[in-house]
Amino acid sequence: MSDANAGLDERIKETSRLRKAMIRPELGAIVGTLAVFAFFIVFAGDSGMFNAQGILNWSTVSAQFMIIAVGACMLMIAGEFDLSVGSMIGFAGMSIAIMAVTLGWPVWIAILLTFALCIAVGAVNGWIVVRTGLPSFIVTLAFLFILRGFTIFFPQLIERQTIIGGIDRAAEGDWLAPVFGGKILGFFFEWLASIGAIDVFTRGTRAGEPIVNGIPMLIVWALALVVVAHIILTRTQFGNWVFAAGGDAQAARYVGVPVNRVKILMFMFTAFCACVFATCQVMEFGSAGADRGLLKEFEAIIAVVIGGALLTGGYGSVIGAALGALIFGVVQQGLFFAGVESSLFRVFLGVILLLAVILNTYIRRIITGER
Amino acid sequence: MSSFDHNPIVEMRGIEKHFGPVIALNGVSFDVRPGECHCLLGDNGAGKSTFIKTMSGVHKPTRGEILFEGKPMSFDSPRDAMEAGIATVYQDLAMIPLMSVTRNFWMGREPVRRVGPFKFMDFKRANETTMEEMRKMGINLRSPDQAVGTLSGGERQTVAIARAVHFGAKVLILDEPTSALGVRQTANVLSTIDKVRKSGIGIVFITHNVRHAMAVGDRFTVLNRGKTLGTAQRGQITPEELQDLMAGGQEMVELEGSLGGTV
Repeated sequence: MSDANAGLDERIKETSRLRKAMIRPELGAIVGTLAVFAFFIVFAGDSGMFNAQGILNWSTVSAQFMIIAVGACMLMIAGEFDLSVGSMIGFAGMSIAIMAVTLGWPVWIAILLTFALCIAVGAVNGWIVVRTGLPSFIVTLAFLFILRGFTIFFPQLIERQTIIGGIDRAAEGDWLAPVFGGKILGFFFEWLASIGAIDVFTRGTRAGEPIVNGIPMLIVWALALVVVAHIILTRTQFGNWVFAAGGDAQAARYVGVPVNRVKILMFMFTAFCACVFATCQVMEFGSAGADRGLLKEFEAIIAVVIGGALLTGGYGSVIGAALGALIFGVVQQGLFFAGVESSLFRVFLGVILLLAVILNTYIRRIITGER
Repeated sequence: MSSFDHNPIVEMRGIEKHFGPVIALNGVSFDVRPGECHCLLGDNGAGKSTFIKTMSGVHKPTRGEILFEGKPMSFDSPRDAMEAGIATVYQDLAMIPLMSVTRNFWMGREPVRRVGPFKFMDFKRANETTMEEMRKMGINLRSPDQAVGTLSGGERQTVAIARAVHFGAKVLILDEPTSALGVRQTANVLSTIDKVRKSGIGIVFITHNVRHAMAVGDRFTVLNRGKTLGTAQRGQITPEELQDLMAGGQEMVELEGSLGGTV
């Protein structure tokens, strides 16, 4: 009897390993990432895309996508959308600029207050969705317009312009600003330059300094958010609740999962991610513009979907979303390196979104046994 | 028939539930004892759902009392009823298909392992326990990571039942567990009910299928238009009589004798 069972188990394990490999949510994103890298190594390999400066270029762009994709991913798995992410980015940047430049408050206060404000707006989004039972699509669409409207209105009212600059000067000597706008591991790149592994500037005011002089905090934030969100989602009780809330809210409620709290927290987390994005951007550019973050909500959602998450919630992967963001960044910058007209990037977006959704539907059928 | 020596775990007396002008329940009395399967039969709209929701803490009765292990009890939420030991397995809402068996099994009560200041879900323990509990119910899972969506309807009900049993249910309410299942799956679920009953748990089996009820029931109560028409013990009533009762009690007079005066 036990022999028969052992034999059965062994046979079953073989198929299960294959299935496991097949039904990873991030499968499509892994294949896509490999394909995209292979493509650009062939067609743009000698264009400087893969030297230190080129890598920094596309990894910075990818990191931007990644930061908002992580938030959108967690929220989508919890069964909701946030279309106000792009407007939130503009709003947060403008909020920091008005507080730090126009009002002259210390930058760290401006940053902390802006975070509090954005997370509060996220909570309101979530609260309305949970309380009214309306689709988050509609509720956050309203906030897309509300936040963007304020972002254009306030700087015009106060400064009679839609761009507020001078944040870089205000941020000098501030303790919190470098956490978003600074760079780390500078010494490592100096060492790399000293042994000739990367190029140094030969002319200008920065002559002798390495071309790449550190890893921007933006990338550090992106990686940290991906790792933390991935661990929370896959390894903790709260992560299980996120899946449950998106998978079937009513079934989850029946076994005592605090679905409403989970959803509101995920809206707040999405707002937090948008605010990280905005703060990094404002610190890098030294200015805030009323049109910042336009269409970012859709780019975030596309990255998440490429990463294997289901639009209906309950299924997805933060790693997948991060790879989706990487595909984005590499293609957007790669087309530039390969000398392709950049408007074709949008064509690419549309095509890959369609392919990803079709693939995901197919994968879901395998998992749930739907026929 | 040793089960009838025990006192009821849950006893509901003269339960009435009004929703505004609608009287959904108009005096329902029902009890369940350890180790018995008490079938609650009724046609659509008879008030079965309202009644089990009252029993599981979703609704508060307008009138009447609920005794739990002999003491008057008032549940404010399903969570309260669950903590007391009343578990409900809803037909459609038992499981989340996209999540693994383990994640479903522990949903809401995940085992936690501390690493320094952080708390992680203890997947090793969760997986082992899930496999073990499912084996006890007679289902050998391929893997605890398997999505519930790949299980058959009967297996899903079994996971939900195993979950309720593992978390210490004293009373298990099954809301039409067999109504959407094929013949073989129904047989599996019925045999699971039998296993659970033998472990001393009281089962409330809601169904409108007389044959399914006859297969495992120890006692049968028929609900019609918000009232209990009576409770019969196994062997005191034929399937045809039950069927008639459910259909509206046209043959009540004839049946009174066979119901043993409990009407």
